[in-house]
Amino acid sequence: MSEKKSISTHVKSTSGVDVSHCYQCGKCTAGCVQAERMDYPPQYIMRLLQTGSEENYEKVLRSRSIWVCLNCENCYERCPQSIDIPHVMDMLREESLKRGIAHKDASKIIAFHRSFLSQIKNTGRLWEVGMEAEYKLRTMDLMQDVKLVPSMLSKGKLSILPEVIVDKAAVKKIFDRTVGVEKEK
Amino acid sequence: MEKVGLYPGCSLKGSSREYGESVVALARVLGLPLEEIKDWNCCGASSAHAVSKELSLALPARVLSLAAAQGYKELLVPCAACFSRLKTTQHTLMGDDERRKKIEDIIGAEVGGVKILSVMEWLEKYAIDAIKEKMNHPIKARVACYYGCLLVRPSGVIKGDRVEDPQSLDNLVKLAGATPIDWAFKTECCGGGMSIAATETVGKLSAAVMEDATHRGAKAIVVACPMCHSNLDMRRPYINKNMEKATDVPVLYITQLLGMACGLTAEEVSVGRHFVNYKEEEICQK
Amino acid sequence: MSKIGVFVCHCGENIGGTVDCEKVAQEAAKIPGVEVSTDYKYMCSDPGQTIIKNAIKEKGLDGVVVAACSPRMHESTFRAACSEACLNPYMCEIANIREHCSWVHEKGEATTQKALDLVRMQVEKVKKDLPLSTIKVPVTKKALVIGGGIAGIQAALDIANAGHKVILVEKEPSIGGHMAQLSETFPTLDCSQCILTPRMVEVAQHPNITLYTYAEVEGLEGFIGNFKARIRLKARSVDLEKCTGCGMCTTKCPTKKVPSEFNALMGLRTAIYVPSPQSVPNKPTIDKEHCVYYKTGKCKLCEKVCPTGAITFDAPDEIITEEVGAVVVCTGFDVAPTSEFSEYGYGRYKDVITGLQFERLASASGPTMGEIRRPSDGTVPKKIVFVACAGSRDAAKGRPYCSKICCMYTAKHAMLYQHKVHDGESYVFYMDIRAGGKNYDEFVRRAIEDDGVNYIRGRVARVYERDGKLIVKGVDTLLGGEQVEIEADMVVLATAGVANKGAEDLAQKLHISYDKYNFFAEAHPKLKPVETNTAGIFLAGACQSPKDIPDTVAAASGAAVKVAALFSKDQLLREPVVAVVNRMAPPVFSTCVGCSLCVDICPYSAITMENIKDRGGNVIKTVASINPGLCQGCGTCVAFCRSKSIDLQGFSNEEMYSSVMAALHE
Repeated sequence: MSEKKSISTHVKSTSGVDVSHCYQCGKCTAGCVQAERMDYPPQYIMRLLQTGSEENYEKVLRSRSIWVCLNCENCYERCPQSIDIPHVMDMLREESLKRGIAHKDASKIIAFHRSFLSQIKNTGRLWEVGMEAEYKLRTMDLMQDVKLVPSMLSKGKLSILPEVIVDKAAVKKIFDRTVGVEKEK
Repeated sequence: MEKVGLYPGCSLKGSSREYGESVVALARVLGLPLEEIKDWNCCGASSAHAVSKELSLALPARVLSLAAAQGYKELLVPCAACFSRLKTTQHTLMGDDERRKKIEDIIGAEVGGVKILSVMEWLEKYAIDAIKEKMNHPIKARVACYYGCLLVRPSGVIKGDRVEDPQSLDNLVKLAGATPIDWAFKTECCGGGMSIAATETVGKLSAAVMEDATHRGAKAIVVACPMCHSNLDMRRPYINKNMEKATDVPVLYITQLLGMACGLTAEEVSVGRHFVNYKEEEICQK
Repeated sequence: MSKIGVFVCHCGENIGGTVDCEKVAQEAAKIPGVEVSTDYKYMCSDPGQTIIKNAIKEKGLDGVVVAACSPRMHESTFRAACSEACLNPYMCEIANIREHCSWVHEKGEATTQKALDLVRMQVEKVKKDLPLSTIKVPVTKKALVIGGGIAGIQAALDIANAGHKVILVEKEPSIGGHMAQLSETFPTLDCSQCILTPRMVEVAQHPNITLYTYAEVEGLEGFIGNFKARIRLKARSVDLEKCTGCGMCTTKCPTKKVPSEFNALMGLRTAIYVPSPQSVPNKPTIDKEHCVYYKTGKCKLCEKVCPTGAITFDAPDEIITEEVGAVVVCTGFDVAPTSEFSEYGYGRYKDVITGLQFERLASASGPTMGEIRRPSDGTVPKKIVFVACAGSRDAAKGRPYCSKICCMYTAKHAMLYQHKVHDGESYVFYMDIRAGGKNYDEFVRRAIEDDGVNYIRGRVARVYERDGKLIVKGVDTLLGGEQVEIEADMVVLATAGVANKGAEDLAQKLHISYDKYNFFAEAHPKLKPVETNTAGIFLAGACQSPKDIPDTVAAASGAAVKVAALFSKDQLLREPVVAVVNRMAPPVFSTCVGCSLCVDICPYSAITMENIKDRGGNVIKTVASINPGLCQGCGTCVAFCRSKSIDLQGFSNEEMYSSVMAALHE
């Protein structure tokens, strides 16, 4: 199998999206609220994937774009070829993490996702205080949102203790069988 | 009326508990039977899908399976992010037998076929007459109904309102006497789940939303999504940094607005938990 | 005992390289009834045909089997040769030992054996063959042209000028179609109406053309050369004979605010109206939906002011029948409405218009007398955005096809705008510029280079209104995907060309095929572009696919030539491969029991029930009867007939059984 074929087949089998459908009209980029913060706008990502070169694939996996994408679904909704770009972005993030080549600007976002998921893994639900604490440790950005804490507490928006579900094991099992034992970075 | 299951999700129990409280309060005042499903877990929004597809399907699948197993035919999911994850999971698994079997194996149960309702769908189906009947404090203000992303897109999965200029919230606020404005940022993204990891971005995106709404004379923003709410409300200082003129227009959940129109007090629908103060005299006719 | 000749062709190496033709001929000679059997290098050549002809004459053959290529290739050649040698051509059968044998098998004994089997089958069939004669069908030398746009006008004039009668049916009150609505035409910028109106007048005055406007084809029966069309002449409530077109009625009509269809819903008209000053006929029609009298029973102002008493409120629709020999379908296209575009405002913004609406703004006969003005407030737009491919090449909107005309008309629009608004700025968002055509690309370059139109490669994601401006969110993909935001005063969507609303319905009435977008289907995409799959019905113009004026006119003339060729003969010859119901002497008359099952299942409506009467006119028996003009020889009725009373000529049950038995025989 040629390199081009193998990469587009990989994208297709993991995301179900056939990037060859993209005819580069740019409608996705035109309506993207994050395009100005991306190193490659969405239609450019599609083009890089279309070339099928391993080099370009890695460019995409190392890009900032895939991490600033908000999955707002505007691009998919308006795409004349109905290409599910947000879904491709999900797949690219997963792959980027797997290869350990995520963009440095993504570290906060990744730290957020990891803190978020580790909370769920442990209690079955999101405990925001715990997540925030873990996130601060991961990013060492201890001051972020500190000013918010007193008012959040007074408005009853933070719970001091986590809610734990009864069947914690069920959720733990889901994590074990999907992401496996999480690799720390 | 058969009991509808309620999946509050984590936000409605934590930082957006006023949404959860107002849903329950509104259901009570309108006499709509609603019951929280037992032992639910987090659906994974908005992190699981960014990390693992399997995980992003398995977590919501367990919720769907619990609701079905506990005997609910319909499941109200007020949080837009949870709603989106649950709908996407159901849509994906219904169309892919192989994947469904795999996920069912992971969660150790059948996914089942509970019908997922957004807060708008729930109200449209069960509450229209009750609201008309109970409405005693009509809202007088011009309001901007803000739908955000997840309640309307992707339309192939959500199969609800018209996608670029949705009307369901607009129609509901009209029932409460309010005047929904015609505006252009109803479905533009506020920054979603990036509130913590990319607060500056959220400030910019949410400012664009607030700018258009206030420019067209909205006295309140009406939402049905905890992320939209916390971005527009809690991140207001970041928004105001990006606004030509700082704004103090409050952000209300649809359930709070309808609740107050139906005679609930501001305390009963927990507007006190907001960061941007709600000024009753500007919104309600009391 | 039969005297059959077998002639085996080598087709050079095509057959001879794989099949042992000599052996086939030798073995075939042994089949009972075969008088002569021989092989030759090229049987279709002159010497080859001479071998066949001589054998027929010398041996007195009563049947011929040519083992050669597909009958689609040379059946007619060999049948003609037999005919020349005074053998009924239908006593000649082809054994296809090329496509069915030598081309699909390896060389070898088995292949030769199969060739021989194929020959054997045809020998047994020819033994049962009966002499047949071609069917002659008379031709009505009058054509029906449906649709009076430029395609219908051109087709009607060409057929009429060839000396044949034409019935032209147009559903609107005037002919002219979309071309009459256009401002100027690419790539020459000549005025559309100036070149069209002389032809419209010519149609009205042509002695060979009968024009029915405000009329629709209700149904079509019959077959090539012999159609019967039912046409509904909708009551226009104005007697065209009496009306002088003075215009008193239209000036007095109290209903003045009906959106004008001719102006693409941008201008207004009265309830009794003439679509445009150039209309043909230039006489009014009452729009019953909006007329006060039809709505409330009161008014009749037009009747009071009409000096000739031409208003006929109570006249009903009239249905007429016309016999015609050919039909040309020219029903044109429509444009997708702006309301289809959710991302551009669902048609809510008045200043987001379609390309057709822009044509009306740019046209001297339009609602603004040719000045480009915003529908919302009448101001001249200083910044205008054209969006190409609006709804075309958009699988998500159900239309993956290219509408073909938009690239050119958008360039023209931008050019006309720059010519009319000198200080204006124009932008065109496009995906590709498809300007294939004589002087087309040069035209687009002129718009860019001479008129300063800003072409931006990228699609527009959304348009929204803010403070009276239309915010256009686009992208420049040639800058690597840089977002472009334009505060425009007007947005023109080059909306997709789509099939007319009634296209599917009409196709079913005419029994012609259509594609999934309801465009009518041609018989062959390359070699039969103006024919349909139904003989005698032709196509021209944008009812087939979006087409520009030159292509439309070319197709219309092409269809007209096909009609003229059909009308050049007094009779049509048809192959006698048709089904027949057996008939025999009284008192049986036929084995047909008159169950009439075949009537319903015939896909071509070729079967009717016929009464056999005695001298006194009393019905003795009712049997099925098949119209050989309509029958296409599909054989469905043969399979369906419970009393085995129907047979297909040339493929009778007996012939087919013999053939099959020969194949099964060791």
